[in-house]
Amino acid sequence: MTDAGYDEWLDAVDDGEGFYLACPEGHGSLPPRRVCPHCGSTDIDRAALPTTGTIETFTICYVGGPDFADEEPYATAIADFGDVRLTGVVRGVDPEEVTVGMPVEAAVGTNRTTGDDLLILRAR
Amino acid sequence: MTGVRVAGVGLTHFGRHPERTGRDLFGEAALAAREESGVDPEDIESINYGNFMGSLSERQGHQAPLMAEMAGLQCPATRYEEACASAGVAIREAVRAVRSGEADVVLAGGCERMTNLSTADVTEGLATAADELYEIRAGMTFPGAYALMERAYFESFGGSREDLANVAVKNHDNALPNEYAQFHRAITVDEVLDAPMVSDPVGLLDACPVTDGASALVLVSDEYAAEHGLDAPVSITGSGQGGDNLALHDRDHLAVTPATERAAAEAYDDAGCSADDVDLVEVHDCFTIAEILAIEGLGFYDHGEGIGAARRGETTATGDLPVNLSGGLKAKGHPVGATGGSQIAEMTRLLRGDHPNSDHVEDATLGVTHNAGGTVASAVVHVLEVDR
Repeated sequence: MTDAGYDEWLDAVDDGEGFYLACPEGHGSLPPRRVCPHCGSTDIDRAALPTTGTIETFTICYVGGPDFADEEPYATAIADFGDVRLTGVVRGVDPEEVTVGMPVEAAVGTNRTTGDDLLILRAR
Repeated sequence: MTGVRVAGVGLTHFGRHPERTGRDLFGEAALAAREESGVDPEDIESINYGNFMGSLSERQGHQAPLMAEMAGLQCPATRYEEACASAGVAIREAVRAVRSGEADVVLAGGCERMTNLSTADVTEGLATAADELYEIRAGMTFPGAYALMERAYFESFGGSREDLANVAVKNHDNALPNEYAQFHRAITVDEVLDAPMVSDPVGLLDACPVTDGASALVLVSDEYAAEHGLDAPVSITGSGQGGDNLALHDRDHLAVTPATERAAAEAYDDAGCSADDVDLVEVHDCFTIAEILAIEGLGFYDHGEGIGAARRGETTATGDLPVNLSGGLKAKGHPVGATGGSQIAEMTRLLRGDHPNSDHVEDATLGVTHNAGGTVASAVVHVLEVDR
C-alpha cells in the first residue's frame, strides 16, 4: 500500500532529513495536511525536525496486536520535538529502562513481525 | 421545542456470548425496549443504531437495515460510528430529531459482538479508533493509549496506581447486584495492583473486559407520551458533543480531555444546569484512568484532584457523587457500539427507582452520562432528569 505524504515523510526521516509542517502561529503537525489542525491556517510549510526529542510519556506493551507479536514486550512513547510530538517504538534500550525525559532521535526501523518500515525513537 | 422522554429501555446481558450474532443481540434489546415502552411499533419512525467494529468482527457492513428487520420494524435505519461513542452519537441524533419535530418516536441504541475474536484481533480492531498512520503503525493499542495518558497524568498531577485501583474496586462493587453486568465479583486493591500488566502502567484489572451486548431505547416527544398515556418519568434534557484531534500526540495536554469539557458545557447549557446540580453520573471508564479524566472533564473536580475521589469515598455508592453505579464499562462490560445506550438505560433505571442500586440515590433528580470515543477525540454527554 502506498500512502502519499506519509511515505515521503518516513523516507525523509530515514534519510536524516526529518521534517514537520509548521504554520505561522508556531503549530507543528505531520503530513499529509492541507490546513494546520490547531488553527486552520493554510500557510503551512516544511520545517526541519529537531534531531533530538524528549520522551514525554511511554508505555511498555505486553499485549500487542498481531502486527507486533514478535516485538512484545516493547515500549511505545510520545516524544516532544518542540513544535511537534511523535509516537514511536523505543529502540536502543530495554523497555524497562525507558524513562520520562529520556532523549531520543527519530529514525526508521523494521517491524519485526511484518517487515514493514516502523517509526522508532532511538535512545541517544 | 419539545422535550424528549425515555419511554422504554432494553438491554441484553453484557458478557461473553461468542456464539451469539450481533443481529440476535440487538434484536433482543430492541424488542425489550419496545415492550417496556408500550409504543405501537408502527409509530416508530426511524432507528439510530451504533456499531463500531462489526465490519471486522462479523464481516457485516450495512448493518442498520438488518437491525431494523431484527427489531421487527420497517422504518428507515442508519448506523452511526464514532468508535466507543457510537451509541452516544446515535442517541444524540435521535434526541435532535425528536426535538426538531421531525420525529415523535425513535428507537436508538447499539450493539457490539467482540468475544468471537481472538485477543490479538480484538486488540487490532479496537486500535482502529486511533490514527492508523502515526499511532497504530507505531504499536499503539487501546490499553497502550490510556497507559500513555495515565503516565502523563502522574507526571503532571501526581497520584498513583493505588488511587486508580480504588476505581476498579468501586465499580466491581457496584456491578454486584446488576443482573446485566459481566462481572459479579468483588475485587481488592491488592488484586488490582498485582494483576498482570497489559500495557504498563495499565494492568489487567485496570481495563474493561471484552464484551458482547446490545442496548436500545425508545425515545418519544412529550406530546406523544401525554397523548398515549405513557409511563415515562425520565427525560433527556441536555445533549452535547465535543471533538478533538484524533492522535493523542496532537493534543495540547496528554492528560486533559477538552472534547469532554466541550460536550459537558453544551449539555449543561442545554439543560440549564451546572456540574454542581448533578446527583449521579455514568462515565466512560474503559480504563481506570479514563474515569478520572472524565470526572475532571465534566467539571466535578479540578485537574489533578479527581484521582483520589474513589479512594476518599466521594464517588462510591454511598459518596456525595456516585460514579458508575451500573458497574461502569469496567465491571458491567464494554460492548463498544452498545455502551452509550447502556449508560442511558442504566441511568434511566437508576432515576426511575427500578435499578438494584437505586436505593443509593433515591432523592436524585439529575444524572449525567458521558460516552467517549478513542482517546476522547469524541465525547457525548447527556443530562437526564426525572419527574418527582
